[in-house]
Amino acid sequence: MFLYAVKRLIQGVVTVWFIATATFFAMHGVPGDPLMNDKAVLPEIRANLEARYGLDKPIHVQYWIYLKNMASGDFGISFTQQNREVNDIIREHFKVSATLGILAIVFAAFGGILWGALTALYRNRMPDIVIMFMVILGISVPGFVFAALGQLSVVEINDWLGFTLFPVAGWGTVQHMIVPSMVLGLGTMAFLTRLMRSSMLEIANSDFIRTARSKGLPVTRILRKHQLRNAILPVITVLGPSVAAITTGGFVVELVFAIPGLGRYFVQAVQQSDYTVIMGTTVFYGAFLVFMVIVVDVLYGFVDPRVRLE
Amino acid sequence: MTEIADTPSPDVPGGAAGTGLDIRSLGQLLYMGAIGFGALALLLWALAQWNEGGAGEAVDAVTGTITLSLFGEPPQLDSTRGTDAVSFNILGHTMEGLLRYDADNRLVGGVAERWQIDDAKATFWLRPDARWSNGEPITAHDFVFAWRKVLDPLNASEYAFILYGLKNAEAVNRGEMPLESVAVFALDDRTLEVHLERPVPYFDKLVAFATYNPINQAFYESREGRYAADADDLLFNGPFTIASWVHGASIRLEKNERYWDADRIRLNAIDYAYFTTDSNAIINLFKDGKTALAGLVAENLDDALQRRWRIKRFSDGAVFFMEFNHREDRLTRNYHLRKAIQVVNDSPELVYRVIKLPGNLPGASLFPVWLKGVDGYFRQEYPLADPPPDDDLGRRHLATAIDELDLDGPPTLVMLVGDSPTAKKQAEYYQNVYKQKLGIDIKIDAQIFKQRLAKMTAGDFDIVMAGWGPDYDDPMTFADLFASWNENNRGRYSNAELDEAVDIARSSSDPATRMDAMAKVQQILYDDAVIVVNYERGSVYVSHPRLKGVVRRAVGTDPDYTGAWID
Amino acid sequence: MAEGTLSWERVEVEREVETVARPSLSYWQDAWIRLRANRRALISLYLVIALMAFTVLGPFVWTVDPAAQDLDQISVPPGADRVATVVDDYRPWDGATATPIEGDGGELAAPGAVEIADQATTNAVRLYWDPVAGAGGYRVYRNKYDPEPDGALGLPIGEILSPANVSFEDRLDLKAETYFYSVVALDGAGREAVGYTTVTADVTRVITAAEALDKGLIEDISDVAPGDTVKMAFHPLGTDYLGRDLLARLMHGARVSLFIGIVAPFLFVIIGILYGSAAGFMGGRTDQVLMRFADFVVALPFLLFMILLRILFNVESGDSGVGPMLVAMVMLSWPAAARLVRGQILQIREEGYIGASRLLGAKTNYLILRHMIPNTMGVILVTLTFAVPSAIFTEAFLSFIGMGVAPPTPSWGSMCNEGLKTMLTTPHELIAPAAFISITVLAFNLLGDGLRDALDARMRATE
Repeated sequence: MFLYAVKRLIQGVVTVWFIATATFFAMHGVPGDPLMNDKAVLPEIRANLEARYGLDKPIHVQYWIYLKNMASGDFGISFTQQNREVNDIIREHFKVSATLGILAIVFAAFGGILWGALTALYRNRMPDIVIMFMVILGISVPGFVFAALGQLSVVEINDWLGFTLFPVAGWGTVQHMIVPSMVLGLGTMAFLTRLMRSSMLEIANSDFIRTARSKGLPVTRILRKHQLRNAILPVITVLGPSVAAITTGGFVVELVFAIPGLGRYFVQAVQQSDYTVIMGTTVFYGAFLVFMVIVVDVLYGFVDPRVRLE
Repeated sequence: MTEIADTPSPDVPGGAAGTGLDIRSLGQLLYMGAIGFGALALLLWALAQWNEGGAGEAVDAVTGTITLSLFGEPPQLDSTRGTDAVSFNILGHTMEGLLRYDADNRLVGGVAERWQIDDAKATFWLRPDARWSNGEPITAHDFVFAWRKVLDPLNASEYAFILYGLKNAEAVNRGEMPLESVAVFALDDRTLEVHLERPVPYFDKLVAFATYNPINQAFYESREGRYAADADDLLFNGPFTIASWVHGASIRLEKNERYWDADRIRLNAIDYAYFTTDSNAIINLFKDGKTALAGLVAENLDDALQRRWRIKRFSDGAVFFMEFNHREDRLTRNYHLRKAIQVVNDSPELVYRVIKLPGNLPGASLFPVWLKGVDGYFRQEYPLADPPPDDDLGRRHLATAIDELDLDGPPTLVMLVGDSPTAKKQAEYYQNVYKQKLGIDIKIDAQIFKQRLAKMTAGDFDIVMAGWGPDYDDPMTFADLFASWNENNRGRYSNAELDEAVDIARSSSDPATRMDAMAKVQQILYDDAVIVVNYERGSVYVSHPRLKGVVRRAVGTDPDYTGAWID
Repeated sequence: MAEGTLSWERVEVEREVETVARPSLSYWQDAWIRLRANRRALISLYLVIALMAFTVLGPFVWTVDPAAQDLDQISVPPGADRVATVVDDYRPWDGATATPIEGDGGELAAPGAVEIADQATTNAVRLYWDPVAGAGGYRVYRNKYDPEPDGALGLPIGEILSPANVSFEDRLDLKAETYFYSVVALDGAGREAVGYTTVTADVTRVITAAEALDKGLIEDISDVAPGDTVKMAFHPLGTDYLGRDLLARLMHGARVSLFIGIVAPFLFVIIGILYGSAAGFMGGRTDQVLMRFADFVVALPFLLFMILLRILFNVESGDSGVGPMLVAMVMLSWPAAARLVRGQILQIREEGYIGASRLLGAKTNYLILRHMIPNTMGVILVTLTFAVPSAIFTEAFLSFIGMGVAPPTPSWGSMCNEGLKTMLTTPHELIAPAAFISITVLAFNLLGDGLRDALDARMRATE
């Protein structure tokens, strides 16, 4: 088990190196450079800037310096926010994105399980039809449309109430977090609802439920102890992959709700050719996802005896 | 890729259980739901502890606070290195240079109480009561230090060129002379003397620019390279100080009690609680009473009218134009081709039908209407004749151009534009116009910011949609744009006659001679179809009804809240 | 054969065996039967076919040019009034001037009377007014609603910086409705007086004969005289922000969105099949190396790299940007398909019939082509169907952050993004493209569900 974990870890490090290299060369292949600005920079001023950022060195030297710095956990200084280290930017903004992501996942899982169970219980009756209609909407409408509509509805609700129930944009308090994370979690919630529903129906039909029922166990007990518990399992297994979907969806929600998350910064950095921020963010996200997968895999090995680790 | 499992399982009557028991199942579910909800609330609370922020109402008369949104995190609050509008705006509220603009846009004393400028030198006498936020007096040495810093090659300031009027400044910035040779001297703590390389008739307007701000040397050095990186890493001398700065999220300014003119300041705090460029988000914040000022876009005007908002307008001073590529190997080097494009251009149609936002003005001249001339407005003193579009004339010019260039028919031209929705929209409009009127095919090359700049610099375009905003309040900030030596002359236009006029305009000390020369520049740009001016940018905005005294302007801090108050 | 001779005919053995089996069905026949039984999947299939027809055949039926701009009908909703009166050509107006009146330094009054010169049309509304004593200039407001009682004057459409000029010509985005124009005097420093004078203008929709000819509304310029009415061009779904026909744009946008949505998954699935089957079949060291590389690519953060690659490839000017987007998407998406195929191949390799086939002397190529690929086809088809919605979403997302296809090429995603801005005033610009995205995504999702149910061997066994 320990050996397995070490092996996976080494693989992970190599993968991160691959991501870093791919990012570095993709970045340097893009035309335009971070030192340009709206107003033209005089050649002598430009030379000063290049020297300051080490861009006057040949590319392989830059690559080597970049790898060395990265290995020591230093992503350098942002080109556009010249007084901020990329590490600081990542730390401050990832916190926000992570909060948003965690909440969205929780909303999605919570909602998905609840609605999924409800639809299964009321199969082919009104609640089922209504919820499944919503689910279809959730799956088929693009996220940015939801985000814009979500913000608009918040304005209308506050207008109607006469006070600010949920803030329209911004970040910081609990109220700020609720609407964006719900919007972000919506797609995943719809997906999980479907999964939960089919899972519930499948379990309802299985032998052990039939046995439990024939033994005369109370219905609520069957529901709680047998049906829900077993139906939730497949939902939990897909939660892992959903994390990736949610982090990427975060871009749009952060843009629309003016949330200072990392996704929004990445888009800005790309516009600005801010090399260090782009590379830092990509490598950080890549490494984060890679190690999340490893952790989940290793944990599964502990939790589920059926999973054999090679 | 998501796998969606919805296996139609063989029918089980009534789903999980028979009818009649559903209520209890439902109760069970709700019970579990309630527990889940409690856990969720706990999680929310925990996450809220982890994050910081939160903002108040748009205006708070009790605390004298207004809440606003900002386009983004200020990238660089070190005045020697800042280049962008957001940083300059924060600097405009927290710092003060030798001179500043008052509410009626007149130049008044800032740190300097008196000044004298002639052809060879400028002298500034500083106020005795001007202080840094740590209580130290502001001295002439603080200016000497800051200006040397700007010109220091190691500091790599992009706005160093704005100090090139100082004697030896350019050579110092090139690294050819030592820093000490910059001709700026502290005669004593309160007298600053500047020697000029050549007469700079608008030097008073230049020193109002943020790059000319003072910096306290001892403080700067004590931060060890972290100057301006955070609220604690700055020393202020303006109306406000930065009380807190959550990077990427918010900045809060508070009244600077040590400011020499603190009585002028009536707001206690300005809370920039939102960083966003999304106009919809800003307007939604305004609707919700969370920001005191919001710019409107054409798409929101009807909504604004319906809500009976009091809409105001202003000009931000910028001019937008299509710039031709005048390099040797380009078709657009041909005069008749450019002229054809110029004479069919219908800038009123662009402004009134496509942009649709009041405040924008159809344009013909590179010099916008708000610029001052000798006595009054430059454009009223030197009007530029702009005949209405003439499609027949355009086609005749095009025919000549096709003939001269030995083409088979109307050419295909590449139009380089930015990736903003407005830029794309305008490009699409022009594409259609030139196709319809001249048969010219325009290929739109929409590029994100830095990529567009790279292509502009490399000359990889036929036409580029460009804009120019003023740095200082003198026609000169526009006039030298197409001088052959200007790096911003991306089309590499070169005309000795224009260069000569620019030279007169920038160094003559007689206003009439200068303005005559500017008028000549204006005429050459039009006659030779160097550029085709599209519009002068303006905007409309709404502000909280109780917020008064906000100044919007083309040059200087905009929007300026230093004189604002809550009614 | 003569009579009486014995004929040794072969006796046909008629073995009338009772068959209990249904006619033998191939995998695909069976799948089709199951798919047909699934109503939702069937409807989805028809929807997909209809979308294809809309994309491919639509432009032949509705031949309006999607790039043609009708600046007289900008952002017009479906079913709007399109009658316009023919007028003479637009001529610039000199306006009205007045000798400025010296003021007494007190409060500025409201202009005595504001009048409308000529007829108020969608080409121009011309106002002039009595000079105000002491004014340094004027500001003109326009509102769609009555400024009374609270004095909300509306849009500040004009600013006159000289006291001599007492007129204003409004040409800003005029619609055929009633406007309330208010004029306020400004003092020397540009400060606004309190009083205002309002005039209402009923604007009529007009078109000049030359424009009508240009737009093909009339055959010849002599067909109409000023005062006649003509009907403007018909747009069944309305127009967009440049007066372009929305239906035509949706059809052409479908070409981009569906092209990316279908071709990208198709390409990466093919690459995935080649790569995955190679890895799966060769096994051993090669498999290890190949799959490790696939793992690397999977680990790249998708959207981040999508954005990077999208910019990296977009160097050609005038390019629609569809190609780069496609390449980027394929480059990042193939490993998932490769993994899937490899897994299937590994599984099938162990099946008895493969061993049997091999015993009969089948070559590797034959095994792959005859057994492996056909047997993975079901899974691949399902993957393909589910990949379409996510590819369409990716395109829409890139368009939303401004990195989608280049103008003027329409795509559903970029149309949605434009429509979002005008959501409140002209919702049709959002609803139409959003509905198309939703329907497409839904159809492919449900079709995918149906296909999986139909093709899944495990399910077949339990029936």
